[in-house]
Amino acid sequence: MSTYTYNPPDYYNLDDLLTEEHKLIRDAVRDWVNRRVSPFIEEWAQNNHCPTHLIPEIGELGLFGPQLPREYGCPGLDQIAYGVIMQEIERADSGLRSMISVQGSLVMYPIYAYGSEEQKHKYLPKLAKGELMGCFGLTEPDFGSNPAGMISRFVDMGDYVVLNGAKTWISNSPFADIAVVWAKNEAGRIQGLIVERGMEGFTTPEIKNKWSLRASATGELVFDNVKVPKENILPNAIGLKGPLGCLDSARYGISWGAIGAAMDCYNTALQYAKERIQFDKPIASYQIQQKKLAEMVTEITKAQLLTYRLGQLKDQGKATTAQISMAKRNNVDMALKIGREARQILGGMGITGEYPIMRHMANLESVVTYEGTHDIHLLITGMDITGISAFR
Amino acid sequence: MKSLVCISHVPDTTTKIKYDAAGKGLDKTGVTFVINPYDEFGLVRAIEIKEKTGSGDVTVLCVGGPEVEPTLRKALAIGADNAARVDMDPTDSRSVAEQIAAYAKGKGFDLIFAGKESIDSNGSAVPGMVAELLDLPFISLATSLEFEGDKAKVSREIDGGYEKLESSLPLVLSCQKGMAEWRIPNMRGIMMARTKPLEVVAGHPMDAYVLTKKLELPSAKAGCIYVEPENAAQLVDMLHDKGLI
Repeated sequence: MSTYTYNPPDYYNLDDLLTEEHKLIRDAVRDWVNRRVSPFIEEWAQNNHCPTHLIPEIGELGLFGPQLPREYGCPGLDQIAYGVIMQEIERADSGLRSMISVQGSLVMYPIYAYGSEEQKHKYLPKLAKGELMGCFGLTEPDFGSNPAGMISRFVDMGDYVVLNGAKTWISNSPFADIAVVWAKNEAGRIQGLIVERGMEGFTTPEIKNKWSLRASATGELVFDNVKVPKENILPNAIGLKGPLGCLDSARYGISWGAIGAAMDCYNTALQYAKERIQFDKPIASYQIQQKKLAEMVTEITKAQLLTYRLGQLKDQGKATTAQISMAKRNNVDMALKIGREARQILGGMGITGEYPIMRHMANLESVVTYEGTHDIHLLITGMDITGISAFR
Repeated sequence: MKSLVCISHVPDTTTKIKYDAAGKGLDKTGVTFVINPYDEFGLVRAIEIKEKTGSGDVTVLCVGGPEVEPTLRKALAIGADNAARVDMDPTDSRSVAEQIAAYAKGKGFDLIFAGKESIDSNGSAVPGMVAELLDLPFISLATSLEFEGDKAKVSREIDGGYEKLESSLPLVLSCQKGMAEWRIPNMRGIMMARTKPLEVVAGHPMDAYVLTKKLELPSAKAGCIYVEPENAAQLVDMLHDKGLI
């Protein structure tokens, strides 16, 4: 491995806006990542290995659903604290951040927001500790950007419902104990169900041969006449608003996480450019490399300010779906471009596993697509400012 | 078991050290401060003892200004119960030891932990002085601590091996690697830390025993000259030219 040290940029002294608690949280997660993830992540990604052995310690640290209340066994942190956690995790790897944010935002959040008290007490404390792991099923093979068209359905059989259908591109599905699944009832309205591993007819085949998110497990969810008890239906979400509410939470986390990946690429490229000698001078002394590095730190700084303000709005309950879309789109695109530029600064070394850049770049190709594609998020902004939907 | 853990607020180990213009102190611009790593071994062991026995408490103490409070909060987040800051600019080992001893006196601590040295000034002097000032036994460079009845069983590293010692309580220990594993505070601990007491105690008025007159960085290393193994004669000539042989 390279001997580079992590020295993240804070060009506008954003640290001054963070509370002592935020910094303590950020530093604790950074310390954990430095000790338990960074030394090994390259090997895990190369070997397509999802580090599920870390789940108990992630639970012990309190990183699953950190923004949810203490009465359900969660730490009850604010949204900026949640953001800095996602940033530090994704600095290590987008795949690991995906595992953690699916659990917190897409499994725990809907149970918290739309579940009954019984469901919350039954599942949330165990999910917070990592004793249970979950996944989230919305996307279907033929319905990605258009989830309202989903064909998964359940029918009422008295004490239980029977679920049929299939979901795909599901992070955590190969090892998840439960799945929060969105399907249509007999009236054609979307509802959420908690499907448990072991229910007859429920299988979770893994998607193999990915070139991206290789340290994360991705799969499908297949429901073949699965009998789901009625007490597993989330009672307080009817319609697409339910899953979209979860995506607001997850996309907010992604907007912070992408900054972590970008900072790691920038930090690596800056250090490399100062050390790499060509024509008897460090390559950092040439204008073309300085342009790249200066643009990177400018874009990172803009993204940091965007997410910090979004965090304030979220803590005040004022953040809109469209504002979250803008941050997710901008920041992931920013990170992806920085990854590509950083790769060029490192020349041939940029494609090796000696440095994290190619792994981040490949990961971000998924992140720019999942949880609302880059293009759809732009159309959400377009719809928000014109009042006209361009995708229906 | 009632424990006191003495903590130093020190620059992170990756800090590039610069001194202020007067050359009498550290230039703290952009420097991240942490719990002195050797003190953290003692802190975690004190917390482990409390967790294992299910009783007692752990107090962390730092001599310094308000800037050390985030470091004390981190110790509370890791699991200490109370924190105290003696409000005084720490000047030299003896005056810090006197402040710690004055704080600890009469409070009934069974164990007083410190690190084997602080990684900023590397004095290694405070814990021994605290023991002397409180008239307590002292074991330095401790690598483990267990109990048998009312006795402490301590290992310490010596040249080529370990020394096994037994001591009555109360006891002062300076700790090093082996005493415990470092702990990363979890989110619940961080949230609980905000509600734990952090007491500010006025320092005893006193003059420093030792004053720092000047701090200097080591002079820059001269560049290396590589001589190929087959060019021994060239090496001899170079040493001759420099008057070294």
